[in-house]
Amino acid sequence: TVHTSLDVVDEKVSAMGKALVDQRELYLGLLYPTEDYKVYGYVTNSKVKFVMVVDSSNTALRDNEIRSMFRKLHNSYTDVMCNPFYNPGDRIHSRAFDNMVTSMMVQVC
Amino acid sequence: MEPPEEPLRPVIYTMENKPIVTCAGDQNLFASVYPTLSQQLPREPMEWRRSYGRAPKMIHLESNFVQFKEELLPKEGNKALLTFPFLHIYWTECCDTEVYKATLKDDITKWQNVLKAHSSVDWLIVVVESDAKKKNKTNILPRTSIVDKIRNDFCNKQSDRCVVLCDPLKDSSRTQESWNAFLTKLRTLLLMSFTKNLGKFEDDMRTLREKRTEPGWSFCEYFMVQEELAFVFEMLQQFEDALVQYDELDALFSQYVVNFGAGDGANWLTFFCQSVKSWNGLILRKPIDMEKRELIQSQEATLLDLRSYLFSRQCTLLIFLQRPWEVSQRALELLHNCVQELKLLEVSVPPGALDCWVFLSCLEVLQRIEGCCDRAQIDSNISHTVGLWSYATEKLKSLGYLCGLVSENGPNSEDLNRTVDLLAGLGAERPETAKTAQSPYKKLKEALSSVEAFEKHYLDLSHATIEMYTSIGRIRSAKLVGKDLAEFYMRKKSPQKAEVYLQNALKNYVAEGWALPITHTRKQLAECQKHLGQIENYLQTSSLLASDTHLTEDERKHFCQEILNFANEQKESPGLKVVLSMHSFAQLKHLHFDPSNALVHVGGTLSIEITLLSQMPISVQVEQIAVSVHFSIEKNSYRKTAEWLTKHKTSNGIISFPNENSSVPFSRSSSPALELYEMYERSPSDNSLNTTGIICKNVHMLLRRQESSSSLEIPSGVTLEDGAHILKCSNVTLDPGVNKIIFRTQAKEPGTYTLRQMCTSVGQVQFVLPHIYPIVQYDVYSQDPQLKVEPLTDSLLAGIPQKVKFTVTTGYYTIKNGDSLQLSNADAMLILFHAENRAIIYSNTREKSSEASLMIQSSEKVTSVSLPMAPAYHMIEFELEVLSLPSTPTSGESDKLVNKEPQRKNKEKQKAGNCMVTLDQKVSIDCPWSIYSTIIALTFNIPFKATHSLLSAGKRKYIQVCVQNLSELGFQLSDSNLIDTGNSPDLQLVPLNTKCQKGNKARQEDPRELVGDAEPKNSIYIQHIYSKQSVFFVWELLWTKELPPSLHCHFSLDFYPASEDRSISLKPYSYEFQVENFFTLYNVKAEIFPPLGTEYCKTGSLCSLEVSITRLSDLLEVDKDEALTESDEYCTTKLMYEVVDNSSNWAVCGKSSGVISMPVTARATHKVHMEVMPLFAGYLPFPDVRLFKYLPHHSAHSTQLDADSWIENDNLSVDKNMDDQTDNSSQKSKSSSHSAASVEHKGLPMPRLQPFPSGQVFNSSTGMQILVIPSKDDHILEVSVT
Repeated sequence: TVHTSLDVVDEKVSAMGKALVDQRELYLGLLYPTEDYKVYGYVTNSKVKFVMVVDSSNTALRDNEIRSMFRKLHNSYTDVMCNPFYNPGDRIHSRAFDNMVTSMMVQVC
Repeated sequence: MEPPEEPLRPVIYTMENKPIVTCAGDQNLFASVYPTLSQQLPREPMEWRRSYGRAPKMIHLESNFVQFKEELLPKEGNKALLTFPFLHIYWTECCDTEVYKATLKDDITKWQNVLKAHSSVDWLIVVVESDAKKKNKTNILPRTSIVDKIRNDFCNKQSDRCVVLCDPLKDSSRTQESWNAFLTKLRTLLLMSFTKNLGKFEDDMRTLREKRTEPGWSFCEYFMVQEELAFVFEMLQQFEDALVQYDELDALFSQYVVNFGAGDGANWLTFFCQSVKSWNGLILRKPIDMEKRELIQSQEATLLDLRSYLFSRQCTLLIFLQRPWEVSQRALELLHNCVQELKLLEVSVPPGALDCWVFLSCLEVLQRIEGCCDRAQIDSNISHTVGLWSYATEKLKSLGYLCGLVSENGPNSEDLNRTVDLLAGLGAERPETAKTAQSPYKKLKEALSSVEAFEKHYLDLSHATIEMYTSIGRIRSAKLVGKDLAEFYMRKKSPQKAEVYLQNALKNYVAEGWALPITHTRKQLAECQKHLGQIENYLQTSSLLASDTHLTEDERKHFCQEILNFANEQKESPGLKVVLSMHSFAQLKHLHFDPSNALVHVGGTLSIEITLLSQMPISVQVEQIAVSVHFSIEKNSYRKTAEWLTKHKTSNGIISFPNENSSVPFSRSSSPALELYEMYERSPSDNSLNTTGIICKNVHMLLRRQESSSSLEIPSGVTLEDGAHILKCSNVTLDPGVNKIIFRTQAKEPGTYTLRQMCTSVGQVQFVLPHIYPIVQYDVYSQDPQLKVEPLTDSLLAGIPQKVKFTVTTGYYTIKNGDSLQLSNADAMLILFHAENRAIIYSNTREKSSEASLMIQSSEKVTSVSLPMAPAYHMIEFELEVLSLPSTPTSGESDKLVNKEPQRKNKEKQKAGNCMVTLDQKVSIDCPWSIYSTIIALTFNIPFKATHSLLSAGKRKYIQVCVQNLSELGFQLSDSNLIDTGNSPDLQLVPLNTKCQKGNKARQEDPRELVGDAEPKNSIYIQHIYSKQSVFFVWELLWTKELPPSLHCHFSLDFYPASEDRSISLKPYSYEFQVENFFTLYNVKAEIFPPLGTEYCKTGSLCSLEVSITRLSDLLEVDKDEALTESDEYCTTKLMYEVVDNSSNWAVCGKSSGVISMPVTARATHKVHMEVMPLFAGYLPFPDVRLFKYLPHHSAHSTQLDADSWIENDNLSVDKNMDDQTDNSSQKSKSSSHSAASVEHKGLPMPRLQPFPSGQVFNSSTGMQILVIPSKDDHILEVSVT
């Protein structure tokens, strides 16, 4: 599901690239609704993609909340990238990042 | 015009709905005007200003004109908007006041009252005037009066409620004008009415909505009300607004459902929770689905009904708005939403019912869209519809599984029952679609009817979906559908079709590194391949799965066991070998060489320890692990010796292989690292920095499209290399995790061995690592035996025993018992040996292996050193003492050579420091491994340097020898001896050193001289001479008869190293030299007398200097030269004297030099007087008086050789004569330095000066001083402190 959603991400990103070069909006919105899940997408300026899969029955999450979650995730990711000992492309082993993600999950569920 | 008897059923909701306008008054008149009116009214748009800040809109108004009836007016509380008359018009043609008063006024009043009773304020009175009628009554009241009257009577404040229409049926400008005015008025009033009434309606609706929390509130009722509004908007062609109404309803309902889910249920909602009994999909072909509407109205609708109806309305409006793509999008949302809502509301739905509903709905939506768009439009908007396609596919699939249509055996009875139930729920087909062959209803029914039909439909749908996804570039989604299809094929037992889809999907996942999908797809693929009987592929996939950490332990074990089973099965029937990639089986982690420099000599053993990380979940018994090795002989001629290789391979012998991320085995870690370089671009003109940047040099590598990683997945590239060189290791058990395997090999041929492949055999299965990277090599070398001789110290000293280290590198040669080194002795070098000479044998790695004693036998010519036994590639080290004899007094042969040689060398090397004289000794050594003998040159340094000088005291002569120690060692000196080699009996050399050591001390004092402890000791005087020191020895020369013109002397000196005792007798150091012209001819004596009458000399006053030159001998051989003039046995010679004061103590007044003629007889004296003036006070040394031979310029035979040696008036070389110019040879060597200066004089016939050899002139006043007192009037006392 995450995988196929990348299709839509690509589509949206390329559409965005055509439309505006300096697109400030990184949040791609709902990518891909399915019967069971909603898939939200977010792409950074350097084309790092974040994908969030939410249970469809979870109606508490609105667009704005998802957006802020993505923003938080992005910030945390940036912190990880700023770590000089991190080798881009490696698996992320950052406790701070993990904690942040976990806390986000806990908050939602 | 509508017929007046139009049935007033309020439920005709067609698109022909128009706002209702009633007409009262003169119906005939209206009938005549109506065609024009209905035609003209919608012609011009009107701006509609709306309440609540909604944007104004331009509206084309149309109206439905009906005859006024009282029933038409809405009752109190009736909310029906569609049937609401928005405007009431009263038509009259009356122009007669009488008539007006009689009937019209009453009529209008009545009409007005009815309106008032229904609180309707939207009315209009139209007065139609025609010229025809006017003509008849020209004399009566002006036409305006009727209008005015009406205005007065009815429109008390709203004068605009009365309009005049002039000659409506004529075609004149006036008519046109009045029509326009009327229409504008009409439109304005209609809009006003709309605004007012709709506003009121909306207010009512809102009030109703606010009551929704009250218990009795019903959504259906409210729905109907708001829909009414939507209808009106639709009627006014305001689809946007109509859609908004439906969207609001939609949102309200959704919110209720959500709230219900949160536990906040409304009563009315429970009604929607009834179980679903009908699932006949959406119906979008009719603008309004009256059936469902009625259900809602009667509050009998189910959730699906409500949703269906709502969506059908939205769909209709969206299509009106030309937004079909939004329909598809909303449809997908709706379908998902409905499924969720049913779940949330816990509505009981028979299994499959929803799938049916969704499937039907999807197809319905798609067909509806197709119905209103052309092909090209659809094709360009696939991205909007493809979701529906894939959803439909998915649903059909699940229906198929549910109804047993996918299984191989076809549906069983239970499945059939279920199918029947589902079909029943569909109900009968709608009449609208009954005629269409491809209706969703028919499709579903057909698909569910039989296995074959299902397959056909499913495949159609799937392929269509995949095609669409592919065409819009959603490859990944296409792959997912493909995977479903593969699953379907697997169920249908046709794995060959499934494989393609699985492989494609897997390729895609692998390329992008999605671990979990990879695992899942591989699992499917493994099953598929198993069915297909593709053993190799299956085993490869199994091995990949067995190493996959995303699988459970059990699954991994299962796949591992599969491989092992196969391997064991095939054991009986050899021939079939399955070659698999080792990648998944195990990873090569480290490789460790022993010896660690990966270098062995021929015949040596090399062990390689390989660390393998087994990725199998269980231990695997491996029959053999083999590493094939590629052998290459070194191409370059450079021989790799052990030393060279040791130097260059400094690694610790451990080679680590790049660690692949085991969890994502094919992630991009394999891609090369970025190679970044800084880039500066400077402007060519002023070299200022234009741009800087970073360049990635391997862009082509990084940006290369990631092709399918076929090499990893398909083991076709894995081939076994048959190399002659294979390292093997048998029967190894590989446990999960880290294993260490040790290979041992015996090196055979010299060269470089490169590890190429690694192959692990389990039964008939071989896991092959096709390339070992980074490149691992080991070298085998072969080395010739070598002998190296080197001194232990920096330099060898001649004359004393010195240690020399012999190093024998055996190489391939094994030293047998009896092998020996034959050293042919050099003449001047002795090899000393002791009883216990020990040799140490080292192994190749410089470890001490053993020690053995050394047998040395020496014959006259040959010294034989028998070597201890040593294996090949070892080193033997031992030390020997050698003694080189210092400068050998072989014969009387040219002592000059001996002397000259070192002197020249000294000269050459003087600049580089005080270097020692060297002697080269050559030794030739015969080695047992070679027929040729090795010649080794050893260089010895002579530790001493000796110089001599002649000293005179009047006629007495002394010889001084200075011995300088140049080495770093201290020595003990003894037995100094000087003999005359000429052995003339009348000559005697009396050493002053031994006898009158103390008395001579004054003589020996010299700034550089250090006299050691010269204490007598058993009549041997031992002197210590330390490094870089000198010792002087003095002898007095006594003679009885006439002296020979030259004297050959030989000096010898015993010496020992100070640190050692004198156990060995060493050859003494010897030095030969020649002294010439040592007999004193002249005595020069200078005397200074103070001026007459004074006691002392005073500064500034002239004193007289008297130089007396006295001839001490008669004519001698040495006098025979050009200066001698002979006349009648009376010989004179010409001498030149010169008084020089170098320290400028004296001022010589008058002539300081002169030529005198000296008779050559003994005691001939010549006195010269001159005036000198002391410049300083104190004890002043006498000025120097020099004496030269004065040679008149002569004929040609005084050639250039002589010309070189004559000395000008300067004192440069004359000074030095005192020290070392004792013999001619040194003079000659010195003279070269003057040649440049004398070039100019060469051509001129000038008299020449020749200095005397130092022994011939004795200056008896040397070193004398005279006291000079300061002059009285000299108050300045200069004190110089030195």
